[in-house]
Amino acid sequence: MDLSYGPEAEAFRREVRAFLKTAWTPKGVDKAGMKDFVTAFRLKATEAGYLYRSIPKAYGGSEQPADVIRAQVIREEFARARAPMEVAGNGMNMLVPTLLERGSAKQKDLFIRPTMAGDYIWGQGYSEPGTGSDLASVRTRGDLVGDKWIINGQKIWTSQGGQATHMFALVRTEPDAGKHDGISYLLIDLNQPGITRRPIRQMTGESGFYEFFFDNAETPADWIVGNRGEGWNVSRTTLKHERASIGSAAVLGNQFEKLVEVAKEVQRNGRPAIDDPLIRDMLARIEGWVMAHRYSSYRIMSHAIADEAPGSISLMMKLVLTEIGHDIARAAQEIIGEDALLEPESAGSKGRGPEKWLDQIMGSLGNSIAGGTTNIQRNIIAERGLGLPRDFPAEHSK
Amino acid sequence: MRFHPDSDQTAIQDTVFGAVQDALPRDKLMAFLDADADLEPDSWRALMELGLAGMMLSEEAGGSGLGLFEAALCAEALGRSAAPGPIMGQMLAAYALSQTRNTAAREAFLQNVATGSVVAGLAFGGNGLPESWGVASEAGRATGQVRFVASASSAGVFLVGLKGGGLALVEAGDGVAVEPVRSTDRTRKCASVAFQDAPVQILFEGGDPAVQRVIDAALVLIAADALGGAQHCVDLSVAYAQERQQFGQPIAKFQALKHQLAIMAMNVEPARALLWFAAYAWDRGLPDASRAAAMAKAHICDRFAEVARDAVAAHGGIGYTWEYGLNIWFRRSVFDKSYLGSPALHRSRAAALAGW
Repeated sequence: MDLSYGPEAEAFRREVRAFLKTAWTPKGVDKAGMKDFVTAFRLKATEAGYLYRSIPKAYGGSEQPADVIRAQVIREEFARARAPMEVAGNGMNMLVPTLLERGSAKQKDLFIRPTMAGDYIWGQGYSEPGTGSDLASVRTRGDLVGDKWIINGQKIWTSQGGQATHMFALVRTEPDAGKHDGISYLLIDLNQPGITRRPIRQMTGESGFYEFFFDNAETPADWIVGNRGEGWNVSRTTLKHERASIGSAAVLGNQFEKLVEVAKEVQRNGRPAIDDPLIRDMLARIEGWVMAHRYSSYRIMSHAIADEAPGSISLMMKLVLTEIGHDIARAAQEIIGEDALLEPESAGSKGRGPEKWLDQIMGSLGNSIAGGTTNIQRNIIAERGLGLPRDFPAEHSK
Repeated sequence: MRFHPDSDQTAIQDTVFGAVQDALPRDKLMAFLDADADLEPDSWRALMELGLAGMMLSEEAGGSGLGLFEAALCAEALGRSAAPGPIMGQMLAAYALSQTRNTAAREAFLQNVATGSVVAGLAFGGNGLPESWGVASEAGRATGQVRFVASASSAGVFLVGLKGGGLALVEAGDGVAVEPVRSTDRTRKCASVAFQDAPVQILFEGGDPAVQRVIDAALVLIAADALGGAQHCVDLSVAYAQERQQFGQPIAKFQALKHQLAIMAMNVEPARALLWFAAYAWDRGLPDASRAAAMAKAHICDRFAEVARDAVAAHGGIGYTWEYGLNIWFRRSVFDKSYLGSPALHRSRAAALAGW
């Protein structure tokens, strides 16, 4: 057992740190020049082999061999220097890995570079009003007419939907085929007359998601990834990537530290709340789970380094994270007392007091829905982890 | 970086599990529950022959040169198989004897304890923490009482917690009275031990950092036992759900039960890495080793207690019977949770250790 990364990794760390010292110099760059500065920095970091490591050089990536420890060192050092990493969002996390695995040469040429540059912003077009956990029941329809797909229907819960320029969508193109075999994976330009977008106001009051209405929208016949009717399988590639990027021990650790901080700041019975044995117990109880989650992340990473399967623990990480989020929400409400009656200023604005924990108190509910609801996660643990019978016959996904 | 057991470590764990299975078939275990004896000789001998008591000692001291991580993997296997006996106390007594500067005590007892030819009883007393230890030592004689000592009737020596926070070794015999108590956990039957002017060998004075090391190791080993017990509760419940038929189908098909079992598994599997870290931190002497041990004891024993309750519920009536045996693990969960300090007590320590 050894939690250190080893001398090779530490030498690599020094190399990354030296690079960042000369390349990431945002001081003195004015607001107007920042976007170009960041773009230039990402190019340099890619040339150095630190960013876009899984993307082939032909498409503008650095094409590095997969190395879990190096990737981790890069994340740590970039975070330490507050340097930007890859362009975030569905495009890099979901679409590009899918295109690399299943896309045509033309699709790769057309979409990967602009996505990496942040010029194409992708929305996910999976959920529909009648299609949540039962994703394969999508009804949005695509008909091939000449050299175009004509698309009619509705998609919902698209994050970054306001800025999105494009969408990857699951569309029913083979109405006579089976449920899973009738779906195709289409790429769609969102800026066209046949598409209307509308923000969804969520329980937090913010609008983080959009819904899209397709009324004879069009997309070229060859903007289909995989063959007709293979969309379900193609989409499995991307969901896998989303799950891998959801659990983050560092983010959780920071959030827990902040909870401890607010318990030190807020007064309870005339003393800091953290002096109260009840609050101390509540925090330590949560921390037991936080530590279990953190070291399970290390465990999964250790298996990845050894190129071994980690087993059922990887199926549990999303749900563990979600449940800890609920616990933190409950504890935060207890700690901040009546300040919970204040609607917080929007994130990023000044003068946000303890009431900012309302963001967590409500936002944590979103985690138990996004990326597979809590009950679906329990099904996954029971069926794939414990080998119990499936609720529904196995999906045609192989 | 390596943060999961390698094949050698897994093999040690499997060997220990297999040794208990071989030496202690189910009917023998059930008979031991109702017997007066507080040591089961066959499984004890098998485990001592594997060198379990001395595994944390250096090879020069006659041990295996392994660490608390390996010891914890073994303790997990013992928890899974509900192994009887005071194995944790034996390991800790051997470790304490190997660390003491009292060479006379070391030479007199270490070898016999490390090989298991003398059984060692763990007699900390109080709530398990040094502030609460109550046996007074004066002029080489110990006087006081410890309420719960596992396998005390079979013990030849006791590792005793002294008033003031020191640790001592006391031999069974003159000045030591052992009075068995009705024990919740019948795999680890306890007795109350009274010392009256019993000759004592001081191993560590109060405040010696070695005392905290021994306590931290004890907490990690109990947590490991709890993890193994909890895992068994999950495994048994999953197997039963697939075999039990109701309404013409295996009950494992019902989503309510599937979710119950998934929640049980989710209580256990993530805790494994917390245990590993606590053992690793102890082996490396990391600054947060004491805190990690406290968190592991609190969190994992809580998980075991919950999962053991859930397991009875998931089984239905058969889980409530004596004969089925689930109650062996339920009772072990009571022992693990309450022995050497409750979860809330250790959380309170962890809060203080964090400087909250």
